Amino acid sequence: MTTAGSSDAHLSHVHIVPPKVLLAVWGALLALTVVTVAVTTVDLGEFNLVVALLIATVKATLVALYFMHLRWDRPFNGVIFLIAIVTTFLFITIALLDSKEYQPTLDEGQAPGLVK
Amino acid sequence: MTTSLPVEHGAEPTGTEDNYLTCDRGIKSWIFTLDHKRIGVMYLIFTMGSFLLGGVFALLLRTELLTPQKTIMDADTYNQMFTLHGAVMVFLFIIPGIPAAMGNFVLPIMLGAKDMAFPRLNLASLYLYVLGAVFAVLAIAMGGVDTGWTFYTPYSTETNTAVIPMTIGAFILGFSSVFTGINFIVTVQKLRPKGMTWFKMPLMLWSLYATAIIQILATPVLGITLLLLIIERALGVGIFDPALGGDPVLYQHFFWFYSHPAVYIMILPAMGIISEIISPFSRKHIFGYTFIAFSSIAIALLSFLVWGHHMFTSTQSPLASTIFSALTFSVAIPSAVKVFNWLATMFRGRLVLKTPMLWVLGFIFLFGIGGLTGLFLGALATDIHVHDTYFVVAHFHYTMFGGPVMAMMGGLFYWWPKFFGRMYKENWGRLSALLVFTGFNLTFFPQFIMGIRGMPRRYFNYPEKFEIFHQLSTIGSYVLAFGFLVVFFTLVHSLFRGKKAPANPWGSATLEWRCPSPPPHENFIEPPLVTDPYDFSILEYDEASDCYHLKPSAKLAEDGEVA
Amino acid sequence: MSDHEPDHNPHVAHHYETEKQQFESGKLGMWVFLVTEILLFGGLFCWYAIYRANHPEVFIYASRYLDKVLGGINTIILICSSLTMAWAVRAAQMGNNKLVVRMILVTLLCACGFLGIKAVEYNHKLNAGLTPGRHYAPRHEEQAGADPAVVDPASAAGDANPPVAPPDDDKSLIAPAARGPEGLNLGEEKAQGEQVPDNVALFFSIYWVMTGLHGLHVLAGMGVMIWLLLRAKRGEFGPHNFLAVDCGALYWHVVDLVWIFLFPLLYLID
Repeated sequence: MTTAGSSDAHLSHVHIVPPKVLLAVWGALLALTVVTVAVTTVDLGEFNLVVALLIATVKATLVALYFMHLRWDRPFNGVIFLIAIVTTFLFITIALLDSKEYQPTLDEGQAPGLVK
Repeated sequence: MTTSLPVEHGAEPTGTEDNYLTCDRGIKSWIFTLDHKRIGVMYLIFTMGSFLLGGVFALLLRTELLTPQKTIMDADTYNQMFTLHGAVMVFLFIIPGIPAAMGNFVLPIMLGAKDMAFPRLNLASLYLYVLGAVFAVLAIAMGGVDTGWTFYTPYSTETNTAVIPMTIGAFILGFSSVFTGINFIVTVQKLRPKGMTWFKMPLMLWSLYATAIIQILATPVLGITLLLLIIERALGVGIFDPALGGDPVLYQHFFWFYSHPAVYIMILPAMGIISEIISPFSRKHIFGYTFIAFSSIAIALLSFLVWGHHMFTSTQSPLASTIFSALTFSVAIPSAVKVFNWLATMFRGRLVLKTPMLWVLGFIFLFGIGGLTGLFLGALATDIHVHDTYFVVAHFHYTMFGGPVMAMMGGLFYWWPKFFGRMYKENWGRLSALLVFTGFNLTFFPQFIMGIRGMPRRYFNYPEKFEIFHQLSTIGSYVLAFGFLVVFFTLVHSLFRGKKAPANPWGSATLEWRCPSPPPHENFIEPPLVTDPYDFSILEYDEASDCYHLKPSAKLAEDGEVA
Repeated sequence: MSDHEPDHNPHVAHHYETEKQQFESGKLGMWVFLVTEILLFGGLFCWYAIYRANHPEVFIYASRYLDKVLGGINTIILICSSLTMAWAVRAAQMGNNKLVVRMILVTLLCACGFLGIKAVEYNHKLNAGLTPGRHYAPRHEEQAGADPAVVDPASAAGDANPPVAPPDDDKSLIAPAARGPEGLNLGEEKAQGEQVPDNVALFFSIYWVMTGLHGLHVLAGMGVMIWLLLRAKRGEFGPHNFLAVDCGALYWHVVDLVWIFLFPLLYLID
């Protein structure tokens, strides 16, 4: 059984993020927000969506790595987070691909297919 | 660790020692308990109550199908009955049944821990389960639901039955399941005592861990699906109903993304129980430990890649159907790995045909049939022929009933002495297993034949040519019900008249058999020695107490190893 | 955490051996819980993705009714609240409970600000009848008169970029809704050749449900913060006992993460 005194030895699991890092991440997030709004004034066609999502992903990564301590945390917690994202992607991708390819009908005039 | 450990077999109940059942008294000590064992027991009572409710619905259904026309209920009532039967059995019985009831009880003890990682979360999960059950009962009181347990849109958006209370209930039950899953993952990862490495864990723990992965990753999607369905019904938002601009196939994607993995939430812990029982009752080390362990994880991962096989006839794209069909076959590989390893464990073992083992043999037989007929359904062309027929009904009852229910009963008889400290009448237990096995086959085997001949599922009446099969099936269901009555009677009788159970009546080597029966509040009086969970050479039989003990030599060796 | 053995660390519950074990269990549990949150929202993003891909015209047309400025301000507010929450963790780790209180108070203020702005937005939508599903009944005149914040579709129609009708082969396989968005399309706009796509209500349904669920999470986060605030006021946190702040912060950051994606996907389409 560990006593309060001896557990100081375990404080290695505590990582304190320095203020500089916190402020730098905050500044980057604000800057990226401005950029993502500014980009919408330029018409890139399809790429507007791609750029917006890319910027959002960068912002999310910054939050996860620094604000959420993933950079210093046990790697397994990061793996868990990634698994969640991969699973979400799997679901969205397959459902999305399928929705583009639904069969109009299975049996003409019989099955409740979606008519083009 | 050099000091000698207390002799664990001195754990025969003396009547003076407190166990988890007697250490605290009064109703409050149960409602506010944080003890995983009490939570497990309460879960057991509630899930068994749900099983009874779902079973009554099933008997009513079967009685209605005794004749081709109306027998005891009208068509609308029939629709509600099969919906309630499915919803109650799936959401209130099978999904929480093994993990939440038995897993809660045995997981920390098998691991050698004092409790779950988050006891309060565990209790919250039980409360949510009860709340969800209340909503389900409310739905029944408000006139029932007639959509089928899958709540397929657009019908579920448009029917005027109590869909919203039932879906709210299922939504809440989902959270209950998630909380259990969080607890399992963290407990297995972080609360393993010294010496308990991943590969010294009993296989039940691998199964429960794999189950928890599915509970965590799939259940939230069910939550959002049901939430969207509720919103669609309440606000007329066009998500799934084409009349409102929605996409009904999308509902099926959402629903099966959860509900296919959910069938592995049902079967994986069942497979864990089989692995636990089969080794001590063959008096032989489990064959292929690592294969069984990893096949659990493989099943959990593959379970996320096969949901489209429920949608072969739902205008899903041919490409998606082909891919899903191929992936479906691949699930057969880890499942077969398990079955072959179990058979190899029994091979040349000294089979002890006591009650738990009989349920296990029943499981292997029935799950084999269920699994193999699953391949018929996974094949695109055959599936289109038998889709939505009794073939499907028979298939999933062979897997869902022949699998989890048989295993759960096996587990119940196996751990009963541990749960409540009493031995049941062995021959009554054997009789019940035999009755359920016979009744089950009589109920569901004719349904394969009907299905392949074109009897569609969910119909209230049927052509006369199917009458004989339906009648066999109904008679079988009565035998089945009688079998469960015997189970109930055997177990309840043991509570009052059974002789006191020793700490280790079966000669199992997993840790839950090292603590007294029933276990004390903190599970172990002293931290247990971690040994190979299937090495029986360290045990010796003591005739005087009808109990197995650790050999002193084994202890010394282990002591040396630990020190 | 019932009774502690006499020699047991008071911060450690009876079934844990060490402080580190308890801390790491707590963190792991929180991360696993966050997985379920991500997948919960994942379902909504799937809904969004499928309709955005199959009915792009609806999104292009209807997103103009959202106020980019208010959305942008809210994004900045949430980012600031994430910073203060991360700082609260730092303060708790160093045992500075006063700073924890202050940081959580600022975070709470940000959350209130976020919800306040959200309320203004929701109010505009309600007044303009831009409500989800069958309640969708746009009232154009009132909205143009009363709410300068909402972009007037009539003036938007005069823009250089009229809503793009998607090419034929890109059109949805899903039949247009039986109940079209009657009312939105005013005679004046029709005269100017403005094409209002079918089923505009879809966008507002998505908007309300996604931001609504997110808003509920903000509310829940505020509840967590009030709890943390009370504990910090009692001076409970320190280097041995900051798990609660840490987990509360993780939750809050996920709420922020969801908004980081919602903002461009809902507000910045045009």
